[in-house]
Amino acid sequence: MRDLGHPPVWTGKDGKPMSIAFYLVAALTVGGGLAAVMLKNTVHCALALTVAFAGLALLFLQLDAQFAGFAQILIYIGAVAILVVFAILLTRSQEAPRGGVFSKSWLTGLAIAAAVFAVLGWAVLQTANLLPRVSEAPVVTVQQIGTALMGRYVLPLEIVALLLTAALIGAVIVAMHEKEGAQ
Amino acid sequence: MLGEGILKGLAETAKNFAGSFVSADRLTTVEYPEQRIAPIEATRDFPFLVYDGGDWEAGMRCVACQICEKECPPKCIYIEKSKDKKPDALGKPQFYPAKFDIDISVCMSCQICVEVCPFEAIKMDTEFELSTTDRFGGLLLDRKRLAKSNEYYHKVHPTEAAEVDARLAEEKAKADAKAKAAAAPKPATAAKPAPAAAKTPGGETHA
Amino acid sequence: MIENADQIFVLLQAWLLSFLPAAWRPAAGVVLDVVAIICVFPALFALTTVLERKGLGRIQNRIGPNRVGPLGILQPVADGIKSLTKEDIVPLRADAVLHFLAPLVLVVAVFMSFAVLPMGRNMVLVDMDAGLLFFFAMGASTELSVFMAGWSSRNKYSLLGAMRAVAQMISYEVVLLMSSVSVVMISGSLRLTRIVEEQNQYSGIFPHWYIFTPWGLAGFLMYVVAATAETNRSPFDLPEGESELVAGYFTEYSGFKFALFFLGEYLGMFAISGLGTTLFLGGWSAPFSFLGWVPSWIWFFGKLMLSMCVFIWMRGTLPRLRQDQLMNFAWKFVLPMTLVNLMVTALWRFLGEGWEQWVFCTAILVAVYVLMGRAEMRSEHFGPRRYRYAE
Repeated sequence: MRDLGHPPVWTGKDGKPMSIAFYLVAALTVGGGLAAVMLKNTVHCALALTVAFAGLALLFLQLDAQFAGFAQILIYIGAVAILVVFAILLTRSQEAPRGGVFSKSWLTGLAIAAAVFAVLGWAVLQTANLLPRVSEAPVVTVQQIGTALMGRYVLPLEIVALLLTAALIGAVIVAMHEKEGAQ
Repeated sequence: MLGEGILKGLAETAKNFAGSFVSADRLTTVEYPEQRIAPIEATRDFPFLVYDGGDWEAGMRCVACQICEKECPPKCIYIEKSKDKKPDALGKPQFYPAKFDIDISVCMSCQICVEVCPFEAIKMDTEFELSTTDRFGGLLLDRKRLAKSNEYYHKVHPTEAAEVDARLAEEKAKADAKAKAAAAPKPATAAKPAPAAAKTPGGETHA
Repeated sequence: MIENADQIFVLLQAWLLSFLPAAWRPAAGVVLDVVAIICVFPALFALTTVLERKGLGRIQNRIGPNRVGPLGILQPVADGIKSLTKEDIVPLRADAVLHFLAPLVLVVAVFMSFAVLPMGRNMVLVDMDAGLLFFFAMGASTELSVFMAGWSSRNKYSLLGAMRAVAQMISYEVVLLMSSVSVVMISGSLRLTRIVEEQNQYSGIFPHWYIFTPWGLAGFLMYVVAATAETNRSPFDLPEGESELVAGYFTEYSGFKFALFFLGEYLGMFAISGLGTTLFLGGWSAPFSFLGWVPSWIWFFGKLMLSMCVFIWMRGTLPRLRQDQLMNFAWKFVLPMTLVNLMVTALWRFLGEGWEQWVFCTAILVAVYVLMGRAEMRSEHFGPRRYRYAE
């Protein structure tokens, strides 16, 4: 039997049990995610995914990670969700696919998903046992994030910037190619 | 330089805004119904019947010839001739309209009835605030509502009324002169007017 | 006494809360603040609609509405009654759930963004560490509601209007963010109260507002342009122009939902003006040091209403921009200017106090503006038109 002298994993920062707010937000996120795969209308799926993103942002905010939470809203809801709905609209795939929403080999899919979940859960539980008895979450200010990005992680930052520029130029070229093709 | 046009435009609207509080030509609103713009003389809305003198029944110029009823394009005039006659302005006994209805919801203000009337009896009014809540008879004007005096005609169309009066006075003078000439024949010249009268019809038929 | 007048709302809240047990006070305090915001800003919205109609009327050589109440002040009451009593029509094939949710999402997102604005000394609802980021996050959520409104109406013209609106809002959101970043660079914090306190200092009688610096003035002008475009306000109101797409993405809305969209648009204007005031115009600080006795919230709301007047003035003056002109303007002119502004801000910080920072920064900004303006105005091709899809 493992030594459970430290607080079990489902307690919050102060060792108290997770608040009801957490359960509500978690239910919202999971519900959004489920709706995103089970609804028939594709645009409804995209909007349910947005609800899931919002739930994730609320979870970040609960953990006092303000920057991560607001960046999640700004980027995922403000840009990625809009991109997804634009893509759905412009390709006109609003009707449900002919053969139904669920695939034929759903049993195999279920087995694989259960296996992945088991692996992830085992990894989380293992790390939780190894963490020191810290009852407070670290306070990370935006200034610390900025200093880290400009100091220690400047190379990944620049590479990501290059990647984004390449994506932008690629999008412009693809759009311009259409113009050449039409003429 | 970029942005110059925008600044000039903003200055112009600011001038308009500030000026609208001080000068009248930057605020051209007329707050109807408290203030009204005076209508010009050639305004026309719906017809009315002219009468001379004080009594609208006795002085009405209309002789129920029904020309306007026939000429009206949307057929909004309804006339019923009277059975008896009454003397008109020139003294001749004429018919008069027992009923003269104009449906102003149909009337299109084309003024054709005014143009064809030989007796200067029907003219265009300038009144437009005639809306009513009576859906069935409220816009059917009868003889009594249509009759307005010559003084009123002078008030709404002064130059026109002056012209009409001048013309009517001239005709009256000519009729009077003819009546005087016809009423005082001399026996010596009785034979002369007779062949002259016999010749003129013949001369006229040749012409 | 002056201090009391300045802190009158804070004292009022403390007095009201003293009637409650201590455990309930934080939650009740928040609820009280929220209720205050929900009451004050819609009242300001009503006032602004009257001001707009009468202001536009005066600009256009006419009187605005003046029949309801003295000088037409009670016109919004008449408008409110009208929109409440109109029949709520939902098209048969429209997506009923989304059609209902779209105005709600808009109003909720816009009200949330009021939570971080400092409306006076110690008068901010939630003093967040990343307050500016929260504001922009809420602004991004409004785009989603615009799209929902356009798509759920099942009307191709609404959808077209919604897509144009979203494209416009995304483009100008980048500009908005970039012009705010220079303020964050100089004040060193994303916390809005800190930004206002940095501007609340005086040298002589003149305040240290950021608009009185070259980069601040340029940033403010670009912020105003982006704010006008974000709130779909003239001259950027193509998505809702009456002569273009009937009413754009809210064609199919009637009655109270239309009133909610209208409310959401004006509240968005207030929120963005409030943020612009906080970032560039010094928030609740007085324009001259000897005017410090006037309560701080009066300055904030005065500057807010001044921004409204500028919005109304621009609406009455400028013709509407076409979609491609709008997008060209954003990506080819304003965005490069914001990048130049960022570099000039860094240069300002680098050069330190003295005459150099003023001269060099102003010179660079003016030179870039004039050159880019020349390039922009010269690129008017007036040849035969080429149609991309018709050939």
